[in-house]
Amino acid sequence: MEPLMAFVVGGMFAASIYMMLRRSLVKLVIGLILLSNAANLLIFTVSGMHRGLPPLIAEGALLPEGGWADPLPQALILTAIVIGFGVLAFAVVLIHRAYEVVKEDDLDKMRSTDT
Amino acid sequence: MNPEVALPVVIPFLFGSLSIVLYKSNAAQRWLGVIGTGALLIASIILLHNTYTHPDGVLTIALGEWEAPFGIVLVSDLLGAVMVVMAALMGFAVAIYSLATMGSEHEKFGYYPLLHLLLSGVCGAFLTGDIFNLYVWVEVLLVASFALLILGGERAQMEGAIKYVTLNLLSSIMLLTAVGLTYGMTGTLNMADLVGRFAEIENQGLVTVVAMLYLVAFSIKAAAFPLFFWLPASYHTPPVAISALFAGLLTKVGVYALYRFFSLLFTQDTGYTHEILLWIGGFTMVTGVLGAARYYEIRRILSFHIVSQIGYMFMGLALFTPLALAGGIYFIVHNIVAKSNLFLIGGVIYFLRGSHELKEVGGLWRERPWLGIMFLASALSLAGIPPLSGFIGKYMLIRAGVEAESWGIVAVALGVGMLTLYSMVKIWAEAFWKEQPEAHAERAAQFERTISERSLAIMYLPVALLAILAVLLGVGMQPVYEVLMAAAEQMRDPQIYVDAVLGGDE
Repeated sequence: MEPLMAFVVGGMFAASIYMMLRRSLVKLVIGLILLSNAANLLIFTVSGMHRGLPPLIAEGALLPEGGWADPLPQALILTAIVIGFGVLAFAVVLIHRAYEVVKEDDLDKMRSTDT
Repeated sequence: MNPEVALPVVIPFLFGSLSIVLYKSNAAQRWLGVIGTGALLIASIILLHNTYTHPDGVLTIALGEWEAPFGIVLVSDLLGAVMVVMAALMGFAVAIYSLATMGSEHEKFGYYPLLHLLLSGVCGAFLTGDIFNLYVWVEVLLVASFALLILGGERAQMEGAIKYVTLNLLSSIMLLTAVGLTYGMTGTLNMADLVGRFAEIENQGLVTVVAMLYLVAFSIKAAAFPLFFWLPASYHTPPVAISALFAGLLTKVGVYALYRFFSLLFTQDTGYTHEILLWIGGFTMVTGVLGAARYYEIRRILSFHIVSQIGYMFMGLALFTPLALAGGIYFIVHNIVAKSNLFLIGGVIYFLRGSHELKEVGGLWRERPWLGIMFLASALSLAGIPPLSGFIGKYMLIRAGVEAESWGIVAVALGVGMLTLYSMVKIWAEAFWKEQPEAHAERAAQFERTISERSLAIMYLPVALLAILAVLLGVGMQPVYEVLMAAAEQMRDPQIYVDAVLGGDE
């Protein structure tokens, strides 16, 4: 499972960078969305994937017997999804406002503050 | 268990929430801003004092009583405590400055709650002992900074914000990726628990990859070469109080994180990682100062100088001797004070003359000699003229460079110091020394009439406070030096940190 996921994550990173290198504002934000999801999937994959192993220990024992799924990465991902969602909501509103103010979707035309 | 460690995070959160509750009254929010940041300043000074006098020099608190390494700990060692004091000081200065300068439109749209939230995020990032928690705090301060940056909604702010938001999101996601890989490799995210784990891992190539991911992520936040382009594109767009706060604090969070990671966690291959840091530092100094030389707009000159001075901080970390680390931290402290003060003075000039363009202002030395003196104290300090604070920082760094026989970086640091002086003299000669240009005299007179002497006095208050501090840090540097040398010794010996955080239950 892990090798397959590695390709999926790699593909998502590649797609997101491709989208971010385009000049359109909307595609930039789509790239950011893909990127944050790629990072979440990466955490999920690197911390080990187990099927059907609950993160529970027997009553009275200190350590789980046999294999077990680690619940911590899922807590991390959940936090990261929430943060990512909030930030991306901001980004979507920002490009909307920026489009209203600047009347352009082309990042190359938004360079008045650069030089 | 030391409850005072949590105060610098809790106080701004509390006052931020109160400001939201009282959103209808601008006056109440203003006073909450001053009182809240003042309380934060007192709490942070107590924290630094307690940390310094504690026999270990490290205070910790386990949130929710979940002991490290399982729960999240807040850790105040000397480096963190010093940074928290600086953050609180800047918050306080900017809150006072905002009393006179922040328009009621900005106040209505939540300037003060965002200010508190930003300070909370910054203090949290300085105090946390958990990598994932660091990511969360960085996001907290980023979201607050996004909103502060676009407050007002002008075209330039939108254009600047798009670059700022994109690059900072990119760096956050890189940080998250690195955190995930760290967890996959070691099974823990507690910084103290991670000490030494990386050296045990067989595949050292992978460790270096993760180290570089952290390096790139924090370098974007610190605006280091070649990843700094978002900073000069955005920092001059918001109101000047916000620019000053950003200039003082945001990039320093990135620098702080690098200091933390590359002294505590990634010391297994200093020949490789710290060599890269040294090169980045050198290039950052040169590109920043050359960028500044080109401009005649006060805030843009100062923005590029932020970049240039980040290079010195990298130099301190890269040399990695106790003197260099102490010099690096000293430079961060000095830079927060002097650079933010220059932004605030730039704001005063704007309110007196109606322009940030050096070509359009002048004659301030004759009319406002005190402003000139405060500018000189900060600007010469930034350029490194003895006996002001910038000189001491550069002296420590360059001496450490000579001791390490890194002649290249020493030469660059000295040369960049000269060019910094050039930029500061340029502002001095144009804004203060020359006559007010006739073509813009009318607008200047109009602007000066609209600003009351009372608002000016409120603006002078934080400016004077920071200017005196910039001088005092240089003249009376002995006690500061001792604290910072102790901080550097702590950084050189991670075991102190580990014992303080994990020692309780062993």
